Amino acid sequence: MATIHVDGQRYDVEGSDNLLDACLSQGLDVPYFCWHPAMGSVGACRQCAVKQFKDEDDTQGKLVMSCMTPAADGTRISIDDEQAREFRASVIEWLMTYHPHDCPVCEEGGHCHLQDMTVMTGHDRRRYRFRKRTHRNQYLGPFIAHEMNRCINCYRCVRFYRDYAGGTDLGVFGMNNNLYFGRHQEGTLESPFSGNLSEVCPTGVFTDQTHSEQYTRKWDLQFAPSICHQCAVGCNISPGERYGDIRRIENRYHGEVNRFFLCDRGRFGYGYVNRDDRPRQPEWRSDRDDAWVTLEVDAALDHGADRLRSARRVIGIGSPRASLESNHQLRELVGEEAFSTGIAAAEQRCLDEMHSLNQRCGLPTPTLREVEHHDALLILGEDLIESAARVGLAVRQAAQARRETLAAERDIPAWNDAAVRTLGQDRYHPVFIAYPIATELDDVTAARFTLAPDDIARLGFAVAHEIDDKAPAVAGLDPATREAARDIAAQLMAAERPLVISGGSLGCEAILQAAGNVARALARRARRGGVLLVRREANSTGLTMIGGKPLEWALDELASRRADAVVILENDLYQRLPATLIDVALATAETVVVLDHQRTATWAQAHLGLPAASFAEADGTLVSLEGRAQRFFQVFDPTYLRPATRIHESWRWLHVLRGDIRRHPVADIALDAVTRDCARANPALGAIVDAAPDADYRVHGLKLAREPHRYSGRTAMRAHLDVSEPRVPQDPDSPFTFSMEGYNGIGRPREEVAFAWAPGWNSPQAWNKFTDEVGGHLRAGDPGVRLIAPSPGAHAYATSIPEGFRGRDGEWQLVILARLFGGDETSSRAAPIVARAAPATLAVAADDATRLGVDDGDRLEITGQAGSLTLAVRREATLPGGVVGLPAGLAPVLVAGEWVRLAVSRGGGGDEGGHS
Amino acid sequence: MTESARRIASDAEGFILEAEDRRAIAHERDHYEQPQAACIEALKIVQHRHGWVPDAAIPAIAEVLGVGPADVEGVATFYSLIFRQPVGRHVILVCDSSSCFLNDYEELRDTLSERLGIGFGQTTADGRFTLLPVCCLGACDRGPALMIDDHTYGPVDPGDVADLLEGYA
Amino acid sequence: MSASRYHCQLRQGAAERRAETHPLTWRLREDGAMLGLDDYVEKDGYAAVREVLNHRTADDVIKTMKEANVRGRGGAGFSAGLKWSLTMKGPDIPRGYLVCNADEMEPGTFKDRLLLEQQPHLLIEGMILAGYANDSCFGYIFLRGEYLEAARAVQQALDEARAAGWLGPDIAGSGFDFDIALHTGAGRYICGEETALINSLEGKRANPRDKPPFPGQSGAWGKPTVVNNVETLCNAPGVMHHGAQWYQDLSGDLSDDGGTKLYGVSGKVNKPGLWELPIGTPASELLERAGGMRDGRALKTWLPGGGSTGFLLPEHLDEALDFDTIGKLGSRLGTGLMTVVNEDQSVLSLMRNLEQFFARESCGWCTPCRDGLPWIVKLLQALERGEGERGDIEMLDKLADDLGPGKTFCAHAPGAAMPLQSALKYFRDEFERGVTHPAGVAHAEPIPVGEA
Ligand SMILES: Cc1cc2nc3c(=O)[nH]c(=O)nc-3n(C[C@H](O)[C@H](O)[C@H](O)COP(=O)(O)O)c2cc1C
Ligand code: SF4
Ligand code: FES
Repeated sequence: MATIHVDGQRYDVEGSDNLLDACLSQGLDVPYFCWHPAMGSVGACRQCAVKQFKDEDDTQGKLVMSCMTPAADGTRISIDDEQAREFRASVIEWLMTYHPHDCPVCEEGGHCHLQDMTVMTGHDRRRYRFRKRTHRNQYLGPFIAHEMNRCINCYRCVRFYRDYAGGTDLGVFGMNNNLYFGRHQEGTLESPFSGNLSEVCPTGVFTDQTHSEQYTRKWDLQFAPSICHQCAVGCNISPGERYGDIRRIENRYHGEVNRFFLCDRGRFGYGYVNRDDRPRQPEWRSDRDDAWVTLEVDAALDHGADRLRSARRVIGIGSPRASLESNHQLRELVGEEAFSTGIAAAEQRCLDEMHSLNQRCGLPTPTLREVEHHDALLILGEDLIESAARVGLAVRQAAQARRETLAAERDIPAWNDAAVRTLGQDRYHPVFIAYPIATELDDVTAARFTLAPDDIARLGFAVAHEIDDKAPAVAGLDPATREAARDIAAQLMAAERPLVISGGSLGCEAILQAAGNVARALARRARRGGVLLVRREANSTGLTMIGGKPLEWALDELASRRADAVVILENDLYQRLPATLIDVALATAETVVVLDHQRTATWAQAHLGLPAASFAEADGTLVSLEGRAQRFFQVFDPTYLRPATRIHESWRWLHVLRGDIRRHPVADIALDAVTRDCARANPALGAIVDAAPDADYRVHGLKLAREPHRYSGRTAMRAHLDVSEPRVPQDPDSPFTFSMEGYNGIGRPREEVAFAWAPGWNSPQAWNKFTDEVGGHLRAGDPGVRLIAPSPGAHAYATSIPEGFRGRDGEWQLVILARLFGGDETSSRAAPIVARAAPATLAVAADDATRLGVDDGDRLEITGQAGSLTLAVRREATLPGGVVGLPAGLAPVLVAGEWVRLAVSRGGGGDEGGHS
Repeated sequence: MTESARRIASDAEGFILEAEDRRAIAHERDHYEQPQAACIEALKIVQHRHGWVPDAAIPAIAEVLGVGPADVEGVATFYSLIFRQPVGRHVILVCDSSSCFLNDYEELRDTLSERLGIGFGQTTADGRFTLLPVCCLGACDRGPALMIDDHTYGPVDPGDVADLLEGYA
Repeated sequence: MSASRYHCQLRQGAAERRAETHPLTWRLREDGAMLGLDDYVEKDGYAAVREVLNHRTADDVIKTMKEANVRGRGGAGFSAGLKWSLTMKGPDIPRGYLVCNADEMEPGTFKDRLLLEQQPHLLIEGMILAGYANDSCFGYIFLRGEYLEAARAVQQALDEARAAGWLGPDIAGSGFDFDIALHTGAGRYICGEETALINSLEGKRANPRDKPPFPGQSGAWGKPTVVNNVETLCNAPGVMHHGAQWYQDLSGDLSDDGGTKLYGVSGKVNKPGLWELPIGTPASELLERAGGMRDGRALKTWLPGGGSTGFLLPEHLDEALDFDTIGKLGSRLGTGLMTVVNEDQSVLSLMRNLEQFFARESCGWCTPCRDGLPWIVKLLQALERGEGERGDIEMLDKLADDLGPGKTFCAHAPGAAMPLQSALKYFRDEFERGVTHPAGVAHAEPIPVGEA
């Protein structure tokens, strides 16, 4: 703590901060550009100048850059000082010399940091009367649009992209006032975090191209606090809607989870919400040979209820991409005994193993913010950038944090970014990764082991044994692996906060058990460590906590006619098990009811299809991989602009359907009641009622606004439907209104912030006004509740250690490799993600490829138990021989871990990913 | 086809980092703690062979040094003696700094320009000369000064230009 | 007559140069050729290295250098001994680097070139001493890319010195290991700024680094690093050989600073050139040695030490050319090589030329320099063409002020601001003559397309 004096006022601030950070944390406005809370100071833009005085008697003072000056105890500064103000005005004036004067037609207008700072410094007249220099723009792929003429050369893009996120294909070129920020040649930005450029850039050089194509001003968007549904990390997002479509997704600050950054799958994967082919009305056919008819809600429910009532036995298939509430309502409908999670057995075993480890391995799960403070990491069987990208970004920060430690030893403050990097060079906290192929985090690893899954497990078991010899030893370990295990164990033990990361991506339980042993060993040796286990889908963790039977059980019940009706919740079964199994089960069922927001292969098998709300039209609760229950709120009312729409939350459909089946006329139900029911029925989920404020939460007696106060065009936007403007939709489920009328200020702290806006701060930098300190926590507390804590006590080690991997003659073991773009069910339906995804290829070890006589691009037919696929070959120098790698997200013809045969496929035939 | 056009064409055909250059770059790398330090020297090695640094050389150098292509391009476009466009057989660097300026550099520049029919940053149609300005050549006691390829001349009277250029075929 | 190849030459004959009074140049050959190892050793060369490495401690070297008060000849005048005493050393600190700044690009400066081309062994000897004092593990000579002659000489000298055991392991049987590599640049004035130089040495864009941390704490690759100018380092052998007092006495009563300085004169004088003279020698003596103004034109103004120093007037000619005296006049000694402007020459045009240089050479890192300098250039061009507007000169005042020390990231922009500020002070009328338009009235585009 330190006391500083700003314009005569005393403030108690964090002495380890710089003055800019300290002032902003106190709510004082100091303009800045090159500084960023997550990236520290470099002193380039000179916008943050303030006057510093030596002592009380110094009236002269001198200008300093507040971002480069420590907030040392007793520091005296003035922000208001005339010379400082004038200098800051000069800086803006210089920056604007080449900047286009086109705010009214510029896409960034209205959430532009440069615009905010220009107003803040009072620059309103152009005195520069000479020619501006101009640039040509580059094509940077489907996500990011480039407009270099807007650049003010703050260097934030390259600092984020390269220094923070480890990208190598964005740079700064040229010198003097002829700088160019772009790629060395046109092409798709390679970093999976490129979307953050749109928020990191203080102006509109790098903008969200998916937004440009359906552009709306920030103030004309309707927002709600939401949770990303594209993986299990649980990043907080602010989706913005206009005219019934999601127009963009911005980062929503959460002090413990995503903080300032999202991955590109989360930011750009929303397109499935806007698809034209989405089911919007109930669809019905009494026989699968009949044509679909669309029905009104009551008729649809009556048909559904009649069929289900008359069924012998109804089972339900839930979904790890649906909310707790929806899964719970389905389970209520069919009964616990008849409820399947909709997850394939192999994956479910892994999920159960992870859940049990989280409760019993003795180590807690760190939040993403905490991950960044772990100082030795062992990653077993996960390619984090592909499977949980935001965790991967946090791991990179954890590795790089070593530099801050080294810098601190030389009195270099952590915020002095360039100096910290210079001193630290490429010295990182030790990170060890074991995965079948190279990963994008390899550049910060101390050692990387490319191994077959069983060997990854053995390495893990060996590490556990080295840490605690009570953990079982690995028989027949080769000396090199033993040496590696010893080294890893030593580094984990030497660390203050070792972290073990593993997960279900490879579908290998042995790896999870090995990770569990390492965690237990660390816990027994009293290390303040952590364990983080990666799940695949947005609610994998939550659904595991509700529990249910695996998908195979459900299919079997149907195929063997033990059940004749099934209700399938937001789940495309064809993405989970081979089509043959599903076809048989669904064809045998007398009644198939499908609720989904996508027209999936499963939907195509339904008798009754009920149009479910996507995350954008629904409220609900998800449990993230860290065991955090988080509520997402409805962004817009789908009927407002499309009155024919009959989309409802699945939990709402199921509630009414249940009533109809029992012939109980049911009143509508609101979210809070469902959440409460769900909490009551699942004691482990008891705390979810506290995950967010109830619908009756008010600030100053007001609900919270979903629309910024400048929201415009509301009377006009429905004029083509009806000249009289309807009453705004009512929202019984949440404290938010579908309106600009409501609270949106910063004075009263609130956890759930739909969009970041504060007086004078229209850009995402406005988040600084909502946090207790810059980069800290939301003042009202970060949203969500943690549900899982490890129980203390000695826990038994797992003892079944697999044999070492041995290749087979003529057969290869198949691994499924997680894939960020194209690897999940819903975002794969978004056009920009499809455009960005690399074509699916089969990874073959270089030697194996040579032996097979195939090269990159040649096609191989891969045959397993249930069928075969034909794919182009990609030689992988790092993949161990005897293993082949298939990208996740293809039709599940082949199963992770099975042994497959390979045959060179002649001719150009065979469609990628298609099954035969 | 002019010389420079030919060079551009040959570059488009694909760039190969010669084994000898690769070795020279690898050798430079050993002088420093980090391979990136050899970046400027690597660019110079490529430039020595080709006269300039073709686009395709950037990723090739990046690969040898184990850095990103953006790093190499960032460096290549920062330094004035690295040419990212084809240049003539001879490069004339004319000192345009204060002492030469006071010794009538502008006259010398104009004479050169007129004689060659090109301005700064341009190459003569026959691919013989490229004209560039350069920071104070440290020949202020004999300004105006200029450098052609490896040699510095000064003072260069505008009347001497014709003779001087004769020496460079 | 045809233009002749440039070869740098000291304007003092052997008769004037003696070991006791001309420590930097007494050994130079009359023909201007490079002094080889044998000649150098014969003239006491490497004697200081042998003596110091075997008989004196690093702290002792630093103490002597501090007492001698050898002030940095790169332009800033910071005491070399003091700088060396701030270099981090110790059991937990890795050995770092000693870097010679041979990037000489300051407009009007041509002194380091002489030492590099003709007496590289003196530099090497100085670097070994500095390396020893700072416990450096390795040295680099950062030489500007255009100095090809110097590169040949330095490389030859390095090879000779290494072959003779003056570089490499266990120098002169002292147990001290040290070697030096030549690193040549690829242009850009900003590389001379010591932290930009380090970035350039690391193969990066030559953006400066913020201080603190100073290079002595965290320099090249995060190791303690000392950067000194060629001439500064060339003073070390003499100081260590003859002692601090001798060095102090070299300048007699001329200055509080000790030693000699390579001074020079360029511009329209009869005999422009370079001299080694006691520090504090007045400019009038230099001008006299330079044979006075050419063509009988009168002196209008002069820059004392390069393009980044402030203009002085004829009335200042008798002041001592040392750091403090020139500093008190509101300028800087800089590199100590004066540039003269005669009565026919326009200060406005010269300023335009200088600012074009500074604008072009801005590294592009910080806003005032990157975007302020081009604006200055355009204003000066407009004034030069007689197309200035009312308010332009006030704008120049403001820009010069805003680009001053402490406001920009490094000293490049202040270097551009200083001559402008002094020109506006002494020659304001020249600028005022360019103002012909009222403010804000539309007029012809002052900058032709393509030049903007
Ligand atoms: C823009 C700029 C250019 C510089 N160029 C040079 C140079 O070419 N040579 C030099 O020795 N010092 C140069 N300096 C000074 C160096 O930053 C540094 O002060 C000097 O190398 C330190 O050595 P010294 O203490 O021995 O003088 C320059 C400084 C600035 C700001
Ligand atoms: S003052 Fe100029 S040269 Fe120095 S850092 Fe700023 S932009 Fe670069
Ligand atoms: S924010 Fe301080 S200099 Fe840019």
